[in-house]
Amino acid sequence: MDTAILVNLFYIASSILFIVGLKMLGSPDTARRGNLLSSSGMLLAVLITLLDQNIIDYRYIAGALIAGSIVGYFAATKVKMTSMPEMVAIFNGFGGIASLLVGSAEYVSGTFDNSAFLGAIFLTVLIGGLTFSGSIIAYGKLSEVISGKPYLYKGQQFVNGILLIAILLVGINMLFIKGFISSEETLILLIVLAFILGILFVIPIGGADMPVVIALLNSFSGLAACAAGFVILNNVLIVAGALVGASGLILTNIMCKAMNRSLANVLFSGFGAAPDATSDSSQEQGEVKPISADDAYLILEAASSVLIVPGYGMAVAQAQHAVRELGELLEDNGAEVKYAIHPVAGRMPGHMNVLLAEANVSYDVLVEPDDVNPVMETVDVCIVIGANDVVNPDAKDNEGSPIYGMPIIEVDNAKTVFVSKRSMASGFAGIQNPLFFKSNTRMLFGDAKETVSTLVSEFKS
Amino acid sequence: METQIILLIFVLVLSIFLGVELITKVPSTLHTPLMSGANAISGITLVGAILSSGSSEIVTIILGTAAVFFASINVVGGYLVTNRMLGMFKKK
Repeated sequence: MDTAILVNLFYIASSILFIVGLKMLGSPDTARRGNLLSSSGMLLAVLITLLDQNIIDYRYIAGALIAGSIVGYFAATKVKMTSMPEMVAIFNGFGGIASLLVGSAEYVSGTFDNSAFLGAIFLTVLIGGLTFSGSIIAYGKLSEVISGKPYLYKGQQFVNGILLIAILLVGINMLFIKGFISSEETLILLIVLAFILGILFVIPIGGADMPVVIALLNSFSGLAACAAGFVILNNVLIVAGALVGASGLILTNIMCKAMNRSLANVLFSGFGAAPDATSDSSQEQGEVKPISADDAYLILEAASSVLIVPGYGMAVAQAQHAVRELGELLEDNGAEVKYAIHPVAGRMPGHMNVLLAEANVSYDVLVEPDDVNPVMETVDVCIVIGANDVVNPDAKDNEGSPIYGMPIIEVDNAKTVFVSKRSMASGFAGIQNPLFFKSNTRMLFGDAKETVSTLVSEFKS
Repeated sequence: METQIILLIFVLVLSIFLGVELITKVPSTLHTPLMSGANAISGITLVGAILSSGSSEIVTIILGTAAVFFASINVVGGYLVTNRMLGMFKKK
């Protein structure tokens, strides 16, 4: 049999493994096996590619494969669960730059010279480049190397417009004119412009909107691989890339819905940077009522249903293990304990779920806002740990609020609300939270981990 | 050539619809592993990178080898970290 046919048959097999693997990722019981299937699909695709007769020298391939695998291995095994958003961001970036390099290599070797081929290269380099630089900026923001604040400047739309026109002109030169500038110059110019586009695309977006950005960059890394598939005319790249592209887009959409905002609004508005119209009135909302851990313990001991609402603050304080311990003690005390997780809590989709899973919290006690909101009145105590904007009642009561309309966890309807918070500083959206001033709210000031640990030791003594 | 492109576009369109169908059903608990698992799949560009890296032209080799390096970080790191996370999801 012709080798090309054999190779393609194996590519079909690995596509099937990707598809079945992704399907199995849809349920916690089968997810791990699904990931294993998907990785065996990848192994199969790589092995069969190594048999390609056009490969002349294996030394560089082997060296780069081994070096990359070692780096990947250490990154994956050493990373802390709280740093997972940064990790996913940087991996997205590596996928993007790899596609960019593949596109560039094919362009330099000049195998074909028709518009479809060049167009695919143009898209691969553009999407790959912006995924790379965008992911690096996202990584910087998430690891707080650069400020997580939205960065806006005057004439932003104008600069973006100029950039897009420049990219379009480079594209036209690449595909049709050919020779206005040399092909090497065209490529380098395109790469530079793609990098700038990626930076300008992520830099205005604030820390709290990162779940959207990561999901979107995830989608782009898939689309870049997909475009690379058109460059080398390879089905498995197109199938796999399209699957990733679609999954990233769906996650992006879920994140936007969870914030009641359009994608365009997330990307271009620099949310939270605008002066806040409601901040004046919120000064008059009354007093906050602090509570000591001792008193909080007495109330918790009497509670028969407790809802824990974690947010990014829990990740920062690394409080997930202490929280799980508190949850177990409350259960031993006869209370029903559930964890309510907002889709955009944390810095990436599902961030809180991973942290609680790490701390050994069973995933069947994790609930979504829609599940708990209707029965919130029956909850005795709600403990909000490092969450802010996702429990802000302004989202349903105050039409002037920037987050008005965002679905929230309506903790203010619970009988008592404890809010664990370092200080009265506002959340990442930079807006006041009237929850802190409600008559049924008590503030537990201090580091989340210390506060929860104190409660735990109260229960134990 | 044209027929091949059309066929590839056909594959692309069907794959996108398939991807949408597959992912819509994933519960929010699994969003992070889904993302990192999908991210590892996007490292499939490694296939293209290997072909470039095995070429005979020096510039193509350099670009291809760099691509193999980055893509294999993406693939190996992505799958391992997903596996590590999924190992933590337990039911009592």
